[in-house]
Amino acid sequence: MMQIMRGNEATALAAKLCRPNVIPAYPITPSTMFPERISEYVADGELDTYFMLVESEHSAMSAAIGASAAGARVCTATASQGLALMHEMLFIAAGMRLPIVMAVGNRALSAPINIWCDQQDTVSERDAGWIQFYAENNQECLDFMIAAFKAGEDKRVYLPAMVGLDAFVLTHTMEPVDVPEQAKVDGFLPSYAPHCILDTKNPMTIGALGTPEFYMETRYALNKALMDSAAVIDEVFRQFGDAFGRKYQRVSAYRTADAETVIISMGSMTGTARVAVDRLRAAGKKVGLVKMSVLRPFPHRELKEAIGNARIVAVAERAISLGYGGAIFGELAGHYVNDSRRPFMTSFILGLGGRDILPEHFEEIVAESEKALAAGKMDEMPGWAGLNREVL
Amino acid sequence: MRPYWLSSRRGGLEEMTKITLGLVAHTPGASKRNKTGGWRTLRPVVDETKCKRCWLCVIYCPDSAMKKGAKSSRPDYDYCKGCGICAKECPSKCITMVAEAR
Repeated sequence: MMQIMRGNEATALAAKLCRPNVIPAYPITPSTMFPERISEYVADGELDTYFMLVESEHSAMSAAIGASAAGARVCTATASQGLALMHEMLFIAAGMRLPIVMAVGNRALSAPINIWCDQQDTVSERDAGWIQFYAENNQECLDFMIAAFKAGEDKRVYLPAMVGLDAFVLTHTMEPVDVPEQAKVDGFLPSYAPHCILDTKNPMTIGALGTPEFYMETRYALNKALMDSAAVIDEVFRQFGDAFGRKYQRVSAYRTADAETVIISMGSMTGTARVAVDRLRAAGKKVGLVKMSVLRPFPHRELKEAIGNARIVAVAERAISLGYGGAIFGELAGHYVNDSRRPFMTSFILGLGGRDILPEHFEEIVAESEKALAAGKMDEMPGWAGLNREVL
Repeated sequence: MRPYWLSSRRGGLEEMTKITLGLVAHTPGASKRNKTGGWRTLRPVVDETKCKRCWLCVIYCPDSAMKKGAKSSRPDYDYCKGCGICAKECPSKCITMVAEAR
């Protein structure tokens, strides 16, 4: 059934449809609507869950880990500083192989304090061992949450997953969302079968010391599980398409068939980039777009396949690895470095801290990339689209 | 590699040959089977003739590695980390910390 809702309402509704046993949450802009909706569902008797009010995001993730280790299906939400406060617990959730699902309203990190959109918070946590989905619209917010439970809880995976939704652009913007029926979600998502359960009748040690003899092997197994989860996510997306009629891919291409320049995008900027590609195509420029819906596991094979024989790859990022540049640019370039045939690559930062992303920015990115190809290098690495140099 | 004990799903402790998912120990007691005395650089040595058997060292030992013996307290070198709290707290000064190697 089509309903008009905000991105936060889509993630909260998705959580409700997935019937989590425990939801520990601490409010933070722009994700506050998530715990608000959950508390309403619980108060109205629509959702049978233990909604736990905690004193911080660190406690929220700690409670999520404890509940998940006790065998519960657990969901939460946060953003920005809240995610940063969870930092150490994120690694523990992944290391203990607990399939917690979390919605993250992608918001800039302080300082200066800023409540608006960029993806610095989740991109900074890409090493934590979590599966990372990024939604382009509110429908994807709802759908990726359901897919995240199914992929993370899979016996071949057992990993936590976060779904990134851009602050305000998605979290607070009304869009029509096709809401699946509860029975259909129940059929799609089997009950959670934990790999360990805290139980006084059958005691076990979870989160024990990993001595130098075994720590590395545990990390190897964790990394391998996250890498191998790519195939499971693909399978989950296929099953999702069969069940709900919406088809998703970790990487999807738009007008790339004969493209000379390909833009890489992630999150809500993709819609704007698509408009820019159409404009550039109308002007006779062979430009295509590749959207990443999953950042971890890093979809290098799929990206390279979608990029094909394009001459230029321009990576547009709403986050920056300070002191380096575009993190996704670096990761993708690393996967090309041993190839005899590889595209010319450019890196651009845009839309930080809620700066509007306009089609003109992508036109600028394409023009700058062509200039850089002719010159053999970029003037400045990374490039900054939409930067007001007058105030610098 | 020294033996490392972890539970298996079959129940009971056994020497670990394969790591479990998330390094979960499925039955308790692994820490008892894992000998951690090898971390020690200083070894407590009790002078039986001076020990008054007040058992303060047994109470103070943070790793339960000091036991009550017949004539004196007796360090369990399988687990003693050599922290020296027993020697510091002993009112009779009958415990000496001796270097494990020079």
